Amino acid sequence: MIDALWNLIGDDLPALQIAMPLLTATVCVIVRRPMLAWAVAMFNAWGAVVNASILLYRVWTRGTISYVEGGWPVPWGIELRIDLLNALVLLVVTSICAVVLVAVPRSIANEIPREKHYLFYATYLLCMTGLAGMTITGDAFNIFVFLEISSLSSYALISQGRTSRALTSAIQYLIMGTLGGTFILLGIGMLYMMTGTLNLVDMADQLALLGVNRTVLVAMACLGVGIGIKLAVFPLHTWLPNAYTYAPAVVTAFLAATATKVAYYVLVRFAFSVFRINLTLDGTHGGALLMTLGIAGMFAGSLVAIFQDNIKRMLAYSSVAQIGYMVVGLSLANEHGLTGGLVHVFNHAVTKCGLFLVLACVVLRMNSTRLSAFAGLGRRMPFTFAAFVLGGLSLIGVPLTVGFVSKWYLVLGALDAGLWPVAVLILLSSVLALIYIWRVVEVGYFTAPPEDADEVAEAPLSMLVSTWILIGGTLVFGVWTSLSAGVASAAARMLIGGVS
Amino acid sequence: MIEWGLYNYWVVIFLMMTGLYVVISRGNLIKKIIGLNIFQVSVIMFYVSMGKVRGGTAPIDAPGFEIYSNPLPHVLMLTAIVVGVATTALALAIVVRIGEEYGTIEEDKIREIEAEEHPN
Repeated sequence: MIDALWNLIGDDLPALQIAMPLLTATVCVIVRRPMLAWAVAMFNAWGAVVNASILLYRVWTRGTISYVEGGWPVPWGIELRIDLLNALVLLVVTSICAVVLVAVPRSIANEIPREKHYLFYATYLLCMTGLAGMTITGDAFNIFVFLEISSLSSYALISQGRTSRALTSAIQYLIMGTLGGTFILLGIGMLYMMTGTLNLVDMADQLALLGVNRTVLVAMACLGVGIGIKLAVFPLHTWLPNAYTYAPAVVTAFLAATATKVAYYVLVRFAFSVFRINLTLDGTHGGALLMTLGIAGMFAGSLVAIFQDNIKRMLAYSSVAQIGYMVVGLSLANEHGLTGGLVHVFNHAVTKCGLFLVLACVVLRMNSTRLSAFAGLGRRMPFTFAAFVLGGLSLIGVPLTVGFVSKWYLVLGALDAGLWPVAVLILLSSVLALIYIWRVVEVGYFTAPPEDADEVAEAPLSMLVSTWILIGGTLVFGVWTSLSAGVASAAARMLIGGVS
Repeated sequence: MIEWGLYNYWVVIFLMMTGLYVVISRGNLIKKIIGLNIFQVSVIMFYVSMGKVRGGTAPIDAPGFEIYSNPLPHVLMLTAIVVGVATTALALAIVVRIGEEYGTIEEDKIREIEAEEHPN
């Protein structure tokens, strides 16, 4: 039975990765009952994790998978192309989707009216479709289409927040995001003009023959700005703090760990596979520019985070800083630096998603994410707050947590490039993370809750489970690094070596 | 020296900058969305004019026609138009909700109301 099924779909796994969430999203709309829609979404999300794991295993053992959609030969048809780089990103995205989904029903119960829950699940799955599609497609125009699918659904998800400011944040993100998407479209158009192809591999070959000219440079600039907006690289990050602060708690956890990570993947893909590294970074000072912006983001994000009263906003600014680390890793353009950037995609996704789920627990019980709500939380919600502390340690980069692994590679990369000041700056900005995490820890353990405070129960089990899966992940992958750093460094070697 | 043979690209750039300027300078959310639309349309025009081959006909295999326009960019733009419509629809829906919640769709007034309600 399983063998027969395997023979039937075994080769079509890449297509199923996109088709399944797209179809189940419509199923969610049809069934309408909240718990049934949730069950459908859960089935699909965990199926996607299994699927992504199989794909990663196959890529690891047998090399790049090329799936030709509809049987049209490459480069005319649309290709799904999975190598080590996007197999890893795909696994991150689907796992985060699935783990967050466990916590969703309890968390949205008091944020979104019950009759709209099925639509929430449908939109959530559509967002997952777009993100998975962006990750595994080998076609430039497809990237744009999937980008817009994921963006449109994320605007809708953000606008579901409890306060009316969710709406203004959503429209702000929509305007910025659409500008970004359109710039990407423009860049892809110029590349198509120069190369006559939309297939990324073919495009790279044509560009290598063509060399640099003005149209290619403008295309690069358009793509850089467009992806920069979606990635929220400093100073194009202005949409991010509001969107993360006012979105429903689980949506923040989901988007913080997936949307910007996939944008980072697209940036890496264009920089290293399509334009090839020498063209992107050496010829145009793009590397120096990205490094400056990354370092500025590291400090600006962390410094602003220190002064936030709303902890959700604090973590949102911390995300801006973490994106800075990833961008620095990319701009170093050596094996260790890029490994650091890629492994930080994995590590930051796990850490930040866990932390935002902690905030989902807090907002469920305390109805607020302000610093004052954390008073005495270490005793009132011990499991939740312990998760916050561990996640915070990982954000700082303490050894035995995942944050340490990525910073280790980033510092190594900076030293390999002979840029020891960058290494020092990376360590310095970690100290800033220590400050903003410590503020919360101090209030949580050493401040007594207000006298008239009501008894609060610990967060519900479903939410604690998904939080602790992720926080446990920060510890497990901080010690056992062959999945994250192993795959990331192999992917970095592949990209730097120019073998695609 | 401006090459007038490529005037279509000048039109595209003019439209694009108009759209971008409207998005940045206007405080009314509906006007911002109109600016966004102009911006998107300029890129659609860019693709469409890129696929046109001078003297070419529609790409249908028929005797007597040798030169065809490139249909691919035109087909791509069908998708981009759909994306644009979806974005506009969602944006308008959110603006309607903002109008209901705040009683205004002027950005500076919204900001004033937000500053009063939530100091952070």
